[in-house]
Amino acid sequence: MINIFEVNETNKMVEQENLDVRTITIGISLLDCMDSDLETLNKNIYNKITTVARDLVKVGQEIERDYCIPIVNKRISVTPIAIVGSAACKCPEDYVTIAHTLDDCAKELGINFIGGYSALVSKGMTTYDEYLIRSIPQALAETEFVCSSVNLGSTRCGINMDAVRLMGEIVKETAEYTKENDSLGCAKLVVFCNAPDDNPFMAGAFHGVTEADAIINVGVSGPGVVKTALEKVRGESFEVLCETIKKTAFKVTRVGQLVAKEASKKLGIPFGIIDLSLAPTPAIGDSVAGILEEIGLERAGAPGTTAALALLNDQVKKGGIMASSYVGGLSGAFIPVSEDQGMIDAVTEGALTLEKLEAMTCVCSVGLDMIAVPGKTSAATISGIIADEMAIGMINQKTTAVRLIPVIGKDVGETVEFGGLLGYAPVMPVNNFSCEAFVSRQGRIPAPVHSFKN
Amino acid sequence: MENKNSKTIITVVGKDTVGIIAKICTYLSNNHINVLDISQTIVSGFFNMMMIVDLDCSDKPFDEVQKELAQIGEEIGVDVKCQRAEIFEMMHRI
Repeated sequence: MINIFEVNETNKMVEQENLDVRTITIGISLLDCMDSDLETLNKNIYNKITTVARDLVKVGQEIERDYCIPIVNKRISVTPIAIVGSAACKCPEDYVTIAHTLDDCAKELGINFIGGYSALVSKGMTTYDEYLIRSIPQALAETEFVCSSVNLGSTRCGINMDAVRLMGEIVKETAEYTKENDSLGCAKLVVFCNAPDDNPFMAGAFHGVTEADAIINVGVSGPGVVKTALEKVRGESFEVLCETIKKTAFKVTRVGQLVAKEASKKLGIPFGIIDLSLAPTPAIGDSVAGILEEIGLERAGAPGTTAALALLNDQVKKGGIMASSYVGGLSGAFIPVSEDQGMIDAVTEGALTLEKLEAMTCVCSVGLDMIAVPGKTSAATISGIIADEMAIGMINQKTTAVRLIPVIGKDVGETVEFGGLLGYAPVMPVNNFSCEAFVSRQGRIPAPVHSFKN
Repeated sequence: MENKNSKTIITVVGKDTVGIIAKICTYLSNNHINVLDISQTIVSGFFNMMMIVDLDCSDKPFDEVQKELAQIGEEIGVDVKCQRAEIFEMMHRI
């Protein structure tokens, strides 16, 4: 029988340590909506999404009520739209109409985000992939809830440098299109290497073509819980430190597993995966940087940060894997700058640089995330940063991502405000030496030698 | 709303005063809710109680019980929470 101390521990995690379920994401396949007529296609998409996900928000609220656990976001991911629109879209503007349809679905259902305005171009780009990519700036400027992602490389295929070069320009263009709002469009756009098919987290969520018709994926959170647990083992050995993280990650993930199972049962949609991520928010105490400080660093970015993050990421996985029957998505610690108060402080005080962040992405689950850079940063430089990050993913057989925001009209020392979960960020300096000649080369970087495993 | 096989945990936290348990139990008894287990402590001057109850015989749905208990809590100045037990079982039992 459950005892009073266990009940209090759980409730304290929710009430004082920001434990929540970050998202219930329904992945919906739109392959059966495909049509050569654009209007029919849009109608099919609208009908399918609003039918399959009709009860998502209601069920989310019921689960919140039954267990007194906040479920922060209810989201939808769909089949990459580049594929869905391939037969109907004859120009980038055609794709924008689909973005509007997705946005209308989000409004109708009352969800927080809809992801999947995506293209998968890790080896090559088709004409329709390029149309979609070129439509991204307009699509993100004209919609509110749509998120976009592009997969530019993989360990199996190498890196599509033509697409990397194009994305540098698209990121800049997206920033220009939304310059009135501190280039907010870029916060809804991410590029990947080794993008997972079942990621429930935005902006990178899409419903892979290898997935079933509909699926429930759940992302958990809980940096605050890990930090509080670590406060009790200050000065103890690495063994004690790791055990504590592992046990805490187990508990956090179990909540996600429960919510996923319940949501699956109530919605009649199969359970896909739990993404066992430590996803920070700007709320005080809900910070991954805070955990790194608790492990023993004065500030995130100090020497030792990469090692501490590697340890944290690994223990989170070890604890989480046993807590859930299926683990997937990005699974690990997130290190977005603007969404994490500890990261913001570290950047403001000069402890954390773009280069150190890049090193950190070698050992954690995502990449350069929610980083504001000067608006004058050239497209080629952005492509260069993307290429570096893609290379880390390709060589290390892991997912990496880049979500940079070149804030038009702002420079180093200024701050941008995105609001809500996206937080605020100090504009970070970028290495200004040119990589123009490098990214101007045509073609792709070949797959690495360790991709030949057959 | 089905109540079958659902153990529910009621927690009461707040300033200690006369009749907290009585008030809660009166409500439970009036609504045919069976109490399976009670434990209570005082944590740094605060009244802290946990009950495991069974809603199977109650004719009221879970959300109504949850609302009404919260209301009673407000009247006597304590925080009353009503949650399904699985969240605790999942977290603390393998």
